[in-house]
Amino acid sequence: MTGSGLLERHIAFLEALRAAGLPVSLAEDLDAVAALRALPWDERATVREGYAATLVKKSSFRPTFDTLFDLYFPRLVGEGAGHADDEGADESAPGDTGRALASFREQLLAALAEGDQETLARLAAEMVGRFGAMPGRGPGLSSWSAYTAQQRVAPSQLVDRIVAALLAQGRTDEEAQRTAGRRLGGFTKLVEDDARRRIAEEKGPDHVANVAVRPTIDRLDFLQARRTDLEEMRREIYPLARRLATRLTQEHHARRRGPLDFRRTVRASVSTGGVPLTTHHKPKRPHRTELVVLCDVSGSVANFAQFTLLLVFALRDQFQKVRAFTFIDHVHEVSHHFRPGADVADVMADLAASASHAALWGRTNYGRAFTKFTEEHGDALGPKSSLLILGDARSNYSDLALGSLKEMAATARHSWWLNPEHRRHWDTGDSAAWAYGEVVPMAECRNLAQLGEFVHDIL
Amino acid sequence: MTTWFASPTDAVTRLAAEGYLADSATATTAFLAGALEKPLLVEGPAGVGKTELAKAVARATGADLVRLQCYEGLDEARALYEWNYKKQLLRIQASQGSDQEWSATHDDIFTDEFLLTRPLLTAIRREEPTVLLIDEVDKTDVEVEGLLLEVLSDFQVTIPELGTVSAVRRPFVVLTSNATRELSEAVKRRCLFLHLDYPDAEREREIVTSQVPDLEDRLAEQLVAMVGRLRELELKKAPSIAESVDWARTLLALEIRELDDKAVNDTLGVVLKHASDTDRAVRELRLRR
Repeated sequence: MTGSGLLERHIAFLEALRAAGLPVSLAEDLDAVAALRALPWDERATVREGYAATLVKKSSFRPTFDTLFDLYFPRLVGEGAGHADDEGADESAPGDTGRALASFREQLLAALAEGDQETLARLAAEMVGRFGAMPGRGPGLSSWSAYTAQQRVAPSQLVDRIVAALLAQGRTDEEAQRTAGRRLGGFTKLVEDDARRRIAEEKGPDHVANVAVRPTIDRLDFLQARRTDLEEMRREIYPLARRLATRLTQEHHARRRGPLDFRRTVRASVSTGGVPLTTHHKPKRPHRTELVVLCDVSGSVANFAQFTLLLVFALRDQFQKVRAFTFIDHVHEVSHHFRPGADVADVMADLAASASHAALWGRTNYGRAFTKFTEEHGDALGPKSSLLILGDARSNYSDLALGSLKEMAATARHSWWLNPEHRRHWDTGDSAAWAYGEVVPMAECRNLAQLGEFVHDIL
Repeated sequence: MTTWFASPTDAVTRLAAEGYLADSATATTAFLAGALEKPLLVEGPAGVGKTELAKAVARATGADLVRLQCYEGLDEARALYEWNYKKQLLRIQASQGSDQEWSATHDDIFTDEFLLTRPLLTAIRREEPTVLLIDEVDKTDVEVEGLLLEVLSDFQVTIPELGTVSAVRRPFVVLTSNATRELSEAVKRRCLFLHLDYPDAEREREIVTSQVPDLEDRLAEQLVAMVGRLRELELKKAPSIAESVDWARTLLALEIRELDDKAVNDTLGVVLKHASDTDRAVRELRLRR
């Protein structure tokens, strides 16, 4: 591998993976080299899988790995080999005139309606090459832009026609909408990938890897997630809850060894001639608390609130009882939406609808919400219950009602506050994070990973 | 030293001959596991053929399969080896009458004769080609992982009374996991990693027809398309390949020739395992009930 520059490329690739947060150790590095020596080199897909098998040990890292692999080992260089074939067609129409655009959109529509991945990949490369080129920009500025290409071709305007085509294929309404959205999202990603590849060709992959690789889904900020990300996150919630629940049960069991069960031990010793080789113990009863969740559902933090509520309810078995309240400036109980076995999507819709009950005046007011809570639902808190408050503590400069919060924290056995904002934004503007944080311990919770850790710690 | 597969392509052909249709990622990783003699950790949702992969590798390479089914509370005695206490007690009692020295008896009762080998030790001591399947490794307690580490990195086991037993011939190790728990970094570092997911429609159709050869092609296509549509919904338990195959068998048994809304409606229970999932499917796919 030496001499061809391949080793340098390999090392740079590993460095980029590490920078993107993948734990790649020296042992894995050596494995990857061994794997590459064992594999035939003529097929890119094989090399990719070989790398993936040795370097990626968690499926949530795979998208990051794929992005970086495409950067360091690009699928094609420049316009690619396939471009020579349709050179004739291109010359008759100068790149990006209105007519070329229209015909390109027709091709795109057909490919999207069919869900033809190969054609879509080709079209994405063509789209960036023709409509995303920005030649003649100053040095240091990239000459390819996925954004420009998206603006000019505007694939999102095709949604209605894709939906119509899917309906004609016998899909139902919701299904067609969802499929169309997903395919468009996928195509957008292809276009972004191709633009990244072209920029990497000009500036070197290291530069692009530093600036353009998105974090993995469990490290993505709740407050900065796009719509497609949110859907993906939502699909992560149940597996996350399941993982947490199994881990908790296992940990409880590991600590379970209670007092000696004398009868069982003696009975078991009969088969070994009265020698008690194995001892049996009585199980310990798990200790469960009641949980009261107070959740800010104003626009800015709504996503965060929904995820956290869903996770808490997915973990319902770990608590004796869970009650949830949403607020903006008024408190509204939402516990009844979380029926056992209820459908995640339905619950999300119900929660969104109930946000209107939580607002009387429409502006977030933590102080009024806390006061209302102690007045109307004060009985929910007791010495057996734990209080969990979710919100960014931005109260529009209103009265903080610290007294009410102190009263609540004093009644509850434990209390925590989860704040979806980065710690450095606390107490800027109208944030009362430190004031509230002195009464109730406040933790930063910006993504699924942090959320998972927090829930595990408090249980 | 055995070479398990000659190349990724060889893996595809030989696995296919045993009825396991591997995609390129699976074949490449299976080939690498053999070539680098490293354990292979296969992760993915239930019912996509993780365990089946190990069985197919065993059949394709003519090796025997040794299986360790993991569960919560699995310990050294169940996974590695155990002394046969009862036999040892009998041996001691039998020697009490005779004038044998205690030290001789003591040496006597810690020999091979009184050793019960469990799957891990069995796999290491075998001289014939062996595939060792450690199934559902995420179900075990964390301590068992420590036990696996020695076995997986050096293919050896230390028994205090007998010394270290090293592998005569390295087995092909497959670990499967449903990812209900994160495995430790140490275990992952020693393994190659493969994430098996639901296959694409084309491959799934091939799998279903290879498992249920009597199924008509058109029906298989409809079935696979329907399963694909179900997987796109937000379900608690998305149908897996195992369920597609079950569904195909059901349709065959009920002599259903056409997968229309009514047929789907009547047999949905085979593929969906939660009441709320069924409700959702019926509503979103407009199946009348």
